[in-house]
Amino acid sequence: MATAAPNDPGLPQDGLPDTPESVVVRFAGDSGDGMQLTGGQFTLSTALAGNDLATFPDFPAEIRAPQGTLFGVSAFQINFGSREINTAGDAPDVLVAMNPAALKVNLAALKPGGLIIADTGAFTKRNLEKAKYAANPLEDGSLGKFDVLAFDISEKTIEAVKPYGLGNKDALRSKNMWTLGLALWMFDRPRDPIHDWLKSKFKSKPEIADANIAALDAGHAYGETAELAGPLKQVHIDPVPSEPGLYRTVTGAEAVSLGLVAGAQLAELPMFFGGYPITPASAILHHLARLKEYDVTTFQAEDEIAAVCAAIGASYAGSLGVTSSSGPGIALKTEAIGLGIMTELPLVIVNSQRGGPSTGLPTKTEQSDLYQAVYGRNGDAPMPVIAASSPSDAFDVAIEACRIAVQYMTPVMLLTDGYIANAAEPWKVPDPASYTPFPASFLTEKNAQDDDGEGVFLPYKRDDKGARPWVKPGTPGLMHRIGGIEKHELTGNIDYSPDNHQRMTDLRKGKVEGIAVPDQEVCLGNTSGKLAVVGWGSTYGPIHRAVDNARRKGLDVSHIHVRHIWPMPANLGELLHGFEHVLVPEMNTGQFKTVLRDQFLVDATPLTKISGQPFQIAELEEAIGKYFDGVEGNEGGQVLVNDDQLPHLEAGHDDGSLNDTASPQSQEHGS
Amino acid sequence: MNAPVKIETTLKDWETDQEVRWCPGCGDYAILKAVQRTLPQLGADPANTVFISGIGCSSRFPYYVESYGFHTIHGRAPAFATGAKLANPDLDIWLVTGDGDGLSIGGNHLMHVLRRNVNMQIMLFNNEIYGLTKGQASPTSREGTKSPSTPIGSYDHPARPAAFALGAGARFVGRGFDVSKHLPDVLKAAHAHQGAAFIEIFQNCIVYNKDVFNDFAAPKGAEDQQLWLENGKPMLFAKESKGIALNRDTLSLEVVDVVDGDWEAAGVIVHDVTNRSIAHMLVEMPFGPFPMALGVLYDDPKPTFEAAALAEKAAASEGKEANLAKLLGKGQTWTVDGTAQDPV
Repeated sequence: MATAAPNDPGLPQDGLPDTPESVVVRFAGDSGDGMQLTGGQFTLSTALAGNDLATFPDFPAEIRAPQGTLFGVSAFQINFGSREINTAGDAPDVLVAMNPAALKVNLAALKPGGLIIADTGAFTKRNLEKAKYAANPLEDGSLGKFDVLAFDISEKTIEAVKPYGLGNKDALRSKNMWTLGLALWMFDRPRDPIHDWLKSKFKSKPEIADANIAALDAGHAYGETAELAGPLKQVHIDPVPSEPGLYRTVTGAEAVSLGLVAGAQLAELPMFFGGYPITPASAILHHLARLKEYDVTTFQAEDEIAAVCAAIGASYAGSLGVTSSSGPGIALKTEAIGLGIMTELPLVIVNSQRGGPSTGLPTKTEQSDLYQAVYGRNGDAPMPVIAASSPSDAFDVAIEACRIAVQYMTPVMLLTDGYIANAAEPWKVPDPASYTPFPASFLTEKNAQDDDGEGVFLPYKRDDKGARPWVKPGTPGLMHRIGGIEKHELTGNIDYSPDNHQRMTDLRKGKVEGIAVPDQEVCLGNTSGKLAVVGWGSTYGPIHRAVDNARRKGLDVSHIHVRHIWPMPANLGELLHGFEHVLVPEMNTGQFKTVLRDQFLVDATPLTKISGQPFQIAELEEAIGKYFDGVEGNEGGQVLVNDDQLPHLEAGHDDGSLNDTASPQSQEHGS
Repeated sequence: MNAPVKIETTLKDWETDQEVRWCPGCGDYAILKAVQRTLPQLGADPANTVFISGIGCSSRFPYYVESYGFHTIHGRAPAFATGAKLANPDLDIWLVTGDGDGLSIGGNHLMHVLRRNVNMQIMLFNNEIYGLTKGQASPTSREGTKSPSTPIGSYDHPARPAAFALGAGARFVGRGFDVSKHLPDVLKAAHAHQGAAFIEIFQNCIVYNKDVFNDFAAPKGAEDQQLWLENGKPMLFAKESKGIALNRDTLSLEVVDVVDGDWEAAGVIVHDVTNRSIAHMLVEMPFGPFPMALGVLYDDPKPTFEAAALAEKAAASEGKEANLAKLLGKGQTWTVDGTAQDPV
């Protein structure tokens, strides 16, 4: 029900069924309305109810955009259900609109027959003007194809918090909690965890906590009363059956941070993290800055370049150096990454990709840094690249990045994106003991003998993996010099000679190409056949569900999702050649497609989307469907592409104002 | 941080087997020798000493010192050194940079390593030219410098390294020149200083900017133009016939004649290395009307960056257990049957 899958019957006009398989809710309001917070708490209560879920926070680049404007709208979408959930959902079933701008920006995405919950108190003349509405849409009949539940949430909130002596302005800050209370009632969720959370959040201001709790309870009570009439009713979604164990929700940024901590522990190394504020990567710096007891040192550098250079300096001195950024920052780090490749020191670089080029779309998601990751350096500078496919997958991928960096003495780039970084999903908490340690070893003795049998130290003598020894400064007897100039293949001394440069280039290339990468598996479907849909990164969710839906219709399609972007799994070429067609959906203009074609001479077809928004399942199903026209049950393709969710012009800047906020993380203040 | 153990070495112990590749007659040779002569006097341990450099003629320095060495990328040496020092505060780090490396492409990093006060010695070889790229004007080149990139003469105002360093918040500013016999003394003072110690070393580029410092740094005959500063001593120069006085009306320095050695009567001031105001005047003192201020211009330590980082890490870790399994399961969790757990 959550998706526009062709076999879904769609919502009946009288609202949600009593026990839907899944539901998509979008909370939308002004940047200052606390929508991300509302969404986050609703996510938690959904997780506690045992539903599977996926979320998509979508917020403006401005920290506090002018109130009530179209470009100041902040939204949080959650898809939850009793079936496995792979994406945040194509089209919402329920839209909560806290003001006219929120309604206008998000209405097009709403499923026909969907439910709109609107705060009439915010639909003032002034706010309607700001949202460029000539007439009040709640009153002019233009919302005819939807269910509309409009009432004065602002007034009801003020009423509910009256006993706590707050002024109107402060009282209205609890509007989001009133709304959350209503949503909790609607989906039959307990309020206790939110009560506890509010009490702990406002520990020092108990009157604020009490006011918010009162607002939450009032919203909940309103649901119970209003059920008697109108479209509002309580629905129940069964818990999804899942493996027993301890669960929590996790965002990609959290999972990367935890994975890096775990990776450093498995390598038995202190971690040094050099960072510089940039959206959407800063969250990793923030998380790690609070984990110092795990032998983590965080360093907020003067710029992106210093952040990576300090990380390399720390690796040189024997820590696991890590740096993180987004595309523009990665561009600045490029020269230093080349030095890391040349001096063969471990380094993990996390790229939380965002819309580009240049400053691009700081808070929107894209996968357009793949060329940058694989090819984007001067000289022949091979570097392993791996990509996380979901928030929880980012944990394992971060550990894998640490392993490759330490075992092969090389910089490694880990690709995530704005969607993975911010989105949350349930995560079965792993047991750290289930991961195989890969302790780093430091050379402390000379590693070769000269002709007279005297011990000598060769800083570039390689092991069976092609890795050179790691020697910490401070080690007696092994003093040596390294640098970015081409060096002799054993002594590491400056050596410009033609043969040596050829050998060193080959050795660096061979080392990276020889990295042990697990064979590629097919994650859904057969290992050969008519169509393989090949993805990487955060497209996992929509591809997986689209392929699943297509297979349920009997279509011969498989989903292959690649984690190891460079070097690629050895069997990948053969696997792809086993399919008649290879379709590569990407949130860029076809970058991975190009790499696949180049590496395997395979006729990969791109399916591209560069709108700053994740793929919708329906879009992918339609693309898959085109390969099966003429197949019974699939005549002419059945699914219309839902363009509605693409950002439309009105969602951008309606006043031509500049929006150059590359660095700060958008944030909202709750209640 | 552990107290460094003094090691007995000789100059020879600090020489590598690498052929030194600077131009014959380059001032860098003299600086290299001065450093190699100073290190044994410091009791420095080659295994614990790290030379970190950027790019340029000066930055080849690490290859010629038998210690650990990292020849990094243009302008960024301070950042590498900061990371290394945070990872291992016991390392004794010498940073080698030049006027182009440190003040042009790397000006930002130099500023931040100084204001953070990361404990290391920073030697900036100032030859007022880009040597390795064949002689373009540098940020310290004097106005009117003719070079391949400024054939009619440069017209940008030169940066003043020592003034830059002090302005950035440096707690130690020293000056010397390549062939000076006093250079090891400045290096020793810099090494003794706990924190970022900045040393501007005038260096003769005999190919592209020959003898531009001869007015005060010529091997012979320029001594009268050198004001060697010593803590607690009057600021005298030109065989003690002249001195530096403070004009209290204009709050500026002036040159005064000293008659019969009576510097006090002439109003000559006594050098106090911790006086930041006077230090600002010394680094701004224009050469020509004034002598060149050399030696230790300013030395007033304050807590170092790495000490603060270590202290914060210790305080933040105090009483906390580094239990990864607990960390992963932190926050509000649930089991599959939907039972909420208390936050860990």
